[in-house]
Amino acid sequence: MTGAAAGASPLAQCAGVSCRFGQFTAVDQVDLQVNSGEIVGLLGANGAGKTTLIRLLLGLLTPSAGEVALFGAAPSRATRRRIGYLPQGLGLYDDLTPAENLKFSAAVFGSGRDGPELPAALRSYANTVVGSLPLGVQRRIAFAQVLSHRPDLLILDEPTSGVDPLGRARLWETISDAAAAGAGVLVTTHHLDEAGECSRLVIMADGAVVAAGTAAQIIGPARVSVVTAASWTAAFTALERAGLPVALAGRSLRVPSCPSAEVRHALGDLDARVADAPATLEERFFELTLSSSGTEVPR
Amino acid sequence: MTSRPRRASGPQPGGPQPGGREPDSTAPDSTAPDSAAPDSTGRGGWGLQEVSVWHDDSLALDHVSLVAAAGQVTAVVGGDGAGKTTLLRCLAGAQAPGSGRVSRPEVRRIGYLPASSGLYPDLTVAENLAFRAAAYGLTAAQAREQVAEYLDRAGLTAARDRLVGQLSGGMRQKLGMIAALVHRPDLLVLDEPSTGVDPVSRSDLWWLIARAATGGSAVVFSTSYLDEAERAGLVVALDAGRELATGTPDEIVAAIPGTLRAVRERPSGQDGLRAWRRGGHWRVWDPPGSGPAAGPIAGPAAGPVIRPDLQDAVTVAALARELRLAGSLR
Repeated sequence: MTGAAAGASPLAQCAGVSCRFGQFTAVDQVDLQVNSGEIVGLLGANGAGKTTLIRLLLGLLTPSAGEVALFGAAPSRATRRRIGYLPQGLGLYDDLTPAENLKFSAAVFGSGRDGPELPAALRSYANTVVGSLPLGVQRRIAFAQVLSHRPDLLILDEPTSGVDPLGRARLWETISDAAAAGAGVLVTTHHLDEAGECSRLVIMADGAVVAAGTAAQIIGPARVSVVTAASWTAAFTALERAGLPVALAGRSLRVPSCPSAEVRHALGDLDARVADAPATLEERFFELTLSSSGTEVPR
Repeated sequence: MTSRPRRASGPQPGGPQPGGREPDSTAPDSTAPDSAAPDSTGRGGWGLQEVSVWHDDSLALDHVSLVAAAGQVTAVVGGDGAGKTTLLRCLAGAQAPGSGRVSRPEVRRIGYLPASSGLYPDLTVAENLAFRAAAYGLTAAQAREQVAEYLDRAGLTAARDRLVGQLSGGMRQKLGMIAALVHRPDLLVLDEPSTGVDPVSRSDLWWLIARAATGGSAVVFSTSYLDEAERAGLVVALDAGRELATGTPDEIVAAIPGTLRAVRERPSGQDGLRAWRRGGHWRVWDPPGSGPAAGPIAGPAAGPVIRPDLQDAVTVAALARELRLAGSLR
């Protein structure tokens, strides 16, 4: 894992952090750090422990073991002031206008009484209550609010869920501008194609970190078999019958973690080509997520 | 350039030939606004033809067409407010079109997963499925048999007796899809089944989609994930109620006007207006006749021309529309 830039201490650091609720371990000995200027992508299935980890960083939960440090100190109100947090629900007041939301947030963070100006593109919405604005506009307002007190650390929980590609590209532009200006960013996403926007990735499963590094490092040598058949439905049925984990991808089928010879055998005398290709991050992600859990790999 | 990006020639159901059964020849019923299949290929199918819908004074759908063929997966893509839900509601019969023609099977042969998932939060997983099956005239035993494998594959078997209101978003969407599939519909309409759903549950949803198509259903689903749409045989991209592009993923990519360049740094000037972030770098779209080759400063700094994918194509279409609205593109 990349260390902190020489001399700089991490903005956020988890060392052997665990969080247990009764018998259930939600976060299991997690090491994580976020440095100034980097974007760390936190990936994992629902229930993997991402949100609990975020709540530990925000100081809303206390670890059962290990240590959480923000800006070199334990989480507190003073550290919270330096964090910009975008929750999945956006965290805006529906009954207030965008300007009122920003003003309220500025007052809470002590960053000025009047609040920041709305970005030019959002000014036409200044006097409409947030609840009646389209979701895409609400999301941009939430971003403006999160960034308005110039936080050193950004924690963004699924900021791009449900956004069209151009809208997502613009949100990532905002996020990378903040990182370029020196903020550290911890961001969760279910869009694995956004991994390229992150300086590095941390993958969690069942509360633990199961992989960390760049996408290329995480994928490593993993490969898949790609089946191109005259009839994909017949090939799908044959592979299913053989109990292979098959996924539909356009006109072809992909079978992760399975040698091509075995796939060829399962296809019998069907008219089909079997090739071998590098795994995608998504396919490697499934492998990591499913093999770490006690549950059986779906067949 | 014309007033909008060139449409891919089509519609040509581009997916592989279905191995399953053809739609029931007795359908569609007389309640459908039009019983003629709009599929110009003559293979039969369901769909919309030049459908427009007004919500109060605003046009939610503007002359949109779509073909849903048996055994084929069709993706409807677009952001918030693009018209995806209105389109799917028209197709499923939950909304009457203002104008245009809709053809669909009789209502009992349609499976519809609305954006709200259409489940009862105060009933358990098993009760929801039993209710749905009964509504479609299946016996409880038939229903159990139909869904046992689906529940197992979707990791919901252990949750059979849990209240639906207590399920995670991903579990609820998987259950919603199984409930929509229980009667093996001829037409399966799914409104954003995967939004907010984690990648593992998304792959379960995709297995269910592939399974339905294999069984002969015409599947139409909406999504904001372009990598998902890329797996579909046919894609309809919507923006503000209008078709940005229609065709197979390859056709839509091939129909991009002009070229794309990849550059490492944020471009400035005119390039900056036509640039967006992708994978940690930048893409610049050069409309026909405006590429760096046409200018005096072409060089390595302009960045290499790249082969676009579906996400690039849909982004270009949205960008082109935005630039035209702003008056900076003819």
